[in-house]
Amino acid sequence: MSTATTTWINGPVLRARPDGTFRLREAVAVGPQRLLGEVIRIARDEIVVQVYEDTSGLRPGTPVEGRGQLLSVRLGPGLLGRIFDGLLRPLGDPADPYVTPGLGEGSASTFYFRPLCTPGDALAAGQPLGEIGLVEGAVQQCLAPPDLVPGTVAEVAGAGEYRDDEVICRVRTANGASRDLTMCHEWPVRLPRPVAARLPSDEPMVTGQRIIDCLFPIARGGTGAIPGGFGTGKTVLLETVAKWCAADVIVYVGCGERGNEMAGLLGEFVELVDPRSGRPLLERTVVIANTSNMPVSAREASIYTGITVAEYFRDQGLDVTLMADSTSRWAEALREVSGRLGELPGEAGYPAYLSSRLADFYERAARVRTLAGNQGAVTVLGAVSPPSGDFSEPVTNHTRRYVGCLWVLDAQRAQARFYPAIHPLQSYSLAATGLARWWHGQGCTRWEGLRRRFLTLIEEQARLERMARIIGRDAMPERQRLTLLCAQLVEQAFLRQSAFSPIDRYATPARQAVMMRLIGRFIDGAEALLAQGVAPERLAALPVFRALMRMGEEIAEGDWERFSELDQALTAGLRELESGAADGAGAAAPPAAG
Amino acid sequence: MYARLVGEELAQRAAGPLLFLHRRVDVGLNEAVEVEDADGRVRLGRIAALDTETITVEMLDDTAGLALAGTRVRFFGEPLRFHVGPGLLGRIFNGIGQPLDGGPPLPAARAYRVDGLPIKPSAREAPSEFLETGFTAIDLLNSLVRGQKLPLFSGGGLPHDRIAVDIACHARLPGGRAREQDFAIVFAGIGIPHDSAELFRSEMERSGALARTVLFLNLASDSSAQRLLAPRFALTAAEYLAFSEGKDVLVILTDLTNYGEALREVSASRAEVPSRKGYPGYMYSDLATLYERAGRIRGRPGSLTQLPILTMPNDDITHPIPDLTGYITEGQIVLDRDLHRRDIYPPVRVLPSLSRLMKDGTGKGRTDADHPALAAQLYAAYARTQQTRLLASVVGEEGLSAVDRSYLAFGEAFEGDLVHQDEARSLAESLEAGWGVLRGLPRAELHRLSDAQIAAHLGA
Repeated sequence: MSTATTTWINGPVLRARPDGTFRLREAVAVGPQRLLGEVIRIARDEIVVQVYEDTSGLRPGTPVEGRGQLLSVRLGPGLLGRIFDGLLRPLGDPADPYVTPGLGEGSASTFYFRPLCTPGDALAAGQPLGEIGLVEGAVQQCLAPPDLVPGTVAEVAGAGEYRDDEVICRVRTANGASRDLTMCHEWPVRLPRPVAARLPSDEPMVTGQRIIDCLFPIARGGTGAIPGGFGTGKTVLLETVAKWCAADVIVYVGCGERGNEMAGLLGEFVELVDPRSGRPLLERTVVIANTSNMPVSAREASIYTGITVAEYFRDQGLDVTLMADSTSRWAEALREVSGRLGELPGEAGYPAYLSSRLADFYERAARVRTLAGNQGAVTVLGAVSPPSGDFSEPVTNHTRRYVGCLWVLDAQRAQARFYPAIHPLQSYSLAATGLARWWHGQGCTRWEGLRRRFLTLIEEQARLERMARIIGRDAMPERQRLTLLCAQLVEQAFLRQSAFSPIDRYATPARQAVMMRLIGRFIDGAEALLAQGVAPERLAALPVFRALMRMGEEIAEGDWERFSELDQALTAGLRELESGAADGAGAAAPPAAG
Repeated sequence: MYARLVGEELAQRAAGPLLFLHRRVDVGLNEAVEVEDADGRVRLGRIAALDTETITVEMLDDTAGLALAGTRVRFFGEPLRFHVGPGLLGRIFNGIGQPLDGGPPLPAARAYRVDGLPIKPSAREAPSEFLETGFTAIDLLNSLVRGQKLPLFSGGGLPHDRIAVDIACHARLPGGRAREQDFAIVFAGIGIPHDSAELFRSEMERSGALARTVLFLNLASDSSAQRLLAPRFALTAAEYLAFSEGKDVLVILTDLTNYGEALREVSASRAEVPSRKGYPGYMYSDLATLYERAGRIRGRPGSLTQLPILTMPNDDITHPIPDLTGYITEGQIVLDRDLHRRDIYPPVRVLPSLSRLMKDGTGKGRTDADHPALAAQLYAAYARTQQTRLLASVVGEEGLSAVDRSYLAFGEAFEGDLVHQDEARSLAESLEAGWGVLRGLPRAELHRLSDAQIAAHLGA
C-alpha cells in the first residue's frame, strides 16, 4: 500500500507528500482513527485528499494510507431494512447516539446461502451463483461481481448459514488466476455498474398519487425532479411515494436534510405494511442518511452511494426506486469543496462541472436487461430546494435538462394546505404519451382524453380566475362558471390527496380510474345540462356534488360497491336536473349531447 | 484541569481575525487556543489550518490591540469545550460561557465540545408529543411538539420578544408531568441590545421562571466573532440539561439574523468565495449545526426544543437567512406587520406559517381526533378568504356572491377572534374557538370535514 505524509490541512481538505503511487479517486485512511478520505488531485510530489469525516485533531505529519482501490462501498445481503451514513457505514449501533469520527464498517452478519452452481460450471460477471435467504422467505440473489473475469467454478459452498464475509465460492478465471467470492463485493461508487442492454420504458412506475399517475406519470426507469421552496411538501411527497410506489426496493437518500425527519421515516416504515407484500415497509428499504449537520464532504458522496446500492438491487432483476432529498444540498457540498480547492467558481459560486455531475447522476436511472438476463430498473426521484423558491437558479435549471418529469411544487397551494402541492400548469411529464396503452390495459380506455380534459380545465380556470378578479364571478357567463365549477371538482376531488389520510394516502390504478371516470361523467353531464339551460349553481347544490368532492377521503380502496352507488347517485342527480330543465324549458330543449 | 502547552514568541503575522504562528509545537486542527497579549488580555482562538511551517489561528474575539511581540499562546490540545455541571439553572453567562452574574464558576461535572456531535438519525426519537404554548395560532394551527425546532420569522419592531416570553412562561406538556422541576429554559441573546436582554430577564423574574432559566448574553456591543459561539455555548448547556439531567428544555435563540451577519463578516475576513448576498456558501451547513441540535434521544428522558427568532431583513422571507433557516427547521411561524398594526396579538400570518411535525403530534390519542381536519379546514377557508378579499378590493363587496361575503366575515372572525387573544388559551379553548369561527360558513363549503365531524361540532 502507498503511504503519504500530511503537509497541509484546512477543514476537510488536506495535502500530503506521497511515498508510492496514488490514483485519482482512490480511497485512503487518514491518521490513527483511519478516517475515510478520497484522493481528488495528484501531482508528482503532492496529493490532495478530501476527508469524509470531522478532521479535528489532524496535523502535519499525520499518515495517509492508500487503500489500493477507488472509493467503494461493500454491497451484500445485509443492506435491506437498515440505515447507513453517506458512505454506507451502518448508523444503527445504539450504544453511542452520536456520529463520531472513524465510524467502522460494521460487523459481519450471517445469512442462509444456497448455491445455484456446481464446480465446473462456467461463471461470468453478474451471473447468479446462489440464493441468499432473508427473513420470512424473502430471497436475494447472490451474483458474481460485475468485475469478475469469466472462468469456471472451482469450489462452491453447500447450502447453509455463512457469514457474509466468508468465502463461499472459488472461481478459476480465464487468465489462470483464482478469485475468492463472498456474499458481498465492493464496487466503486462513481462507476455505473455494467448492464447487458438499456431497455425502453413502456410502463409507469405507479406511485399511488393521482396527480402523478394520471397527469404527470413517471416511467419505470425514468427520472423525476421535485423543485419547491421550503414548506411546499417536497419531503412529504417523496416519503409518500417511497411508502406506496410499486417498487421492490426503495433506496432513500437523506442528503443534507433533517435528523428528525429521518427518525420519523424509520419509525413509520417499521409500522407501515407494504400493500404488495404484506411485510413492513422497512424490509424493502435502504436508508442512507447524511443529515445537514453531518460532515459536508460525505454528503457529496451519499448520492453516488445511493445509486450504486440501487443498481446492486437492479442487477438482481428488481425494480428499484431511489429518492434523493435533496439534490440541492448535494450541489452545495460540491460547491463547498470546490471553494476550498480554490477552483474558479461558475454561476452562483457553483463549480462549472455542476451540470455534468447532475447529468452523470440522472443518467444512471434506467430500465435494463441485466448481465444475468433479467429485467430490472432504477427510477430516480430528486428533490430540488431552490434558494428563495427561485426556479431560475443553476441546480433547478440544470436538473430540468436531464429529467423526464418535473413536478413543480407551488407555495400558494401549500399555504392553502392543498397537497400534493404540484402545480398542474408548470409541471410536465415526457413519459405521458407512451403510457396510454398501459392505462388501457388497466381498463381506463379514456385515459388520454380525460387527462387532456382535466389539464385543459385547469388551464382555463387559471385564465378565468384572472378575469373573475376584474368583473366578479357572478357576472361571468354560465359556461365559464361551469368551467370553474368543473375545475374545482377536478382539483378538490381528484388532485388533492392527503398523505396522512388512512383511506386516501394511496390510490391503486383501479381506484384512480374509477374516480377519473366519475368526474368525467359529471363534466359531460354538466355540459349537457348547461346546453339545456341548467345553471352551474344548481349542479353545485346537488348532494352528489359534495359526495364527489369527498370521495377520495370517504371511499376506501376496493369498495367498488360504494363507487357504483355514487355512480348511480350521480346518474339520478343529473337526471333530476334534466327533467327539471325539460319541464321548465318545455319540449323545445335540445337533446343532450354525448 | 488539563496540562496546557504554552508557547511564546510564536506569532508571525496577524490579518483580520487570523493570527499566524510559527509551528514549533505539535497541535491538531480545530484545537482551541488562548492568546494572551502583552497587556494580559486573553482571547480565545481556534486552529483553522496547519502546514509544516505555520499554524493559522482564527481568533474568536476582537483582535484590535493585539501585538505580535510579547504574545503568549496557550494550546488546549483539544477542541473548545464547555465545562458544565449542576447549578446551571438561574445563572447568567456571556457568549463564551463565563459567568456574568458575579457568581462562582460552575462545578465542572462534564466537559462537552461546544460544537456538539451530530445525533445519529437512528438514535433519535421522532418528536411526537404536543407542547402547549398558549397561542391558538400555534397550538391549533401549527402545533409545536417536544424536540422540534420552530423559528419565529419576525421583523424589526414586531413583538417577537413578547411572544417568546409568553411561550417560555406558559409552555407545558398536557397531561401532568411535574413541570416545575422538569422544564428548563435556555435563552441565548445573540448580538441583541441590552434592552431586549433586560426585558427577557425581568419578565422571567416577574413570572418566577428565572430560577429554571439559563441566560447566555452576547450583547450588540460584544465582539461579532463571539456571536458565533454564543448559541453553541447555550446549546451545549441545553444538551447537558436535556440529555444528562433529563429535563425538557426550551431554547430561545434571538436574533439569528445577527448570527448570519457575523458569519458573513468572519467569512469575508477570511477572503472566502461568497455565495448569495455575500453570505458564505456553507451558511446552510453552519446554521444546520445549530438547529439540528434540537431533538430527543431514544432511551433518554429529556428533550431539546428550539424556538429561534430571526428578524427578516426588510421583511423579506426570501432573504438567505430566513430562506436557509426555513429549509432546515421544522416549519416557521411568520409574524405580520399589518396584523400588528391592527393590534392583533400575536400577529401571526397564518398562511405562510407551518409546523412540519404537527401531523405527528396531533390527532387521536395526542390532542383531539378532529384537530387535524379542523386545522386543514381553517387553512383552506382562510386561503379562500384571501382570494375573496382580493376580488372584493376590485369589484367591491356588493359585487360578491353570498358565499363570498360569508368568507369575508369568516376572515374578520378568524383574525379577530381566533388569532388574536388577550390571554393564554388552553388547547381545548383553542379548539372551541376554531369550531366557533367555522360556524359562519355555509356547511356545503366545508369540504375538508366529514359529515360526522360537521354534525358533532357544528350541529345539524
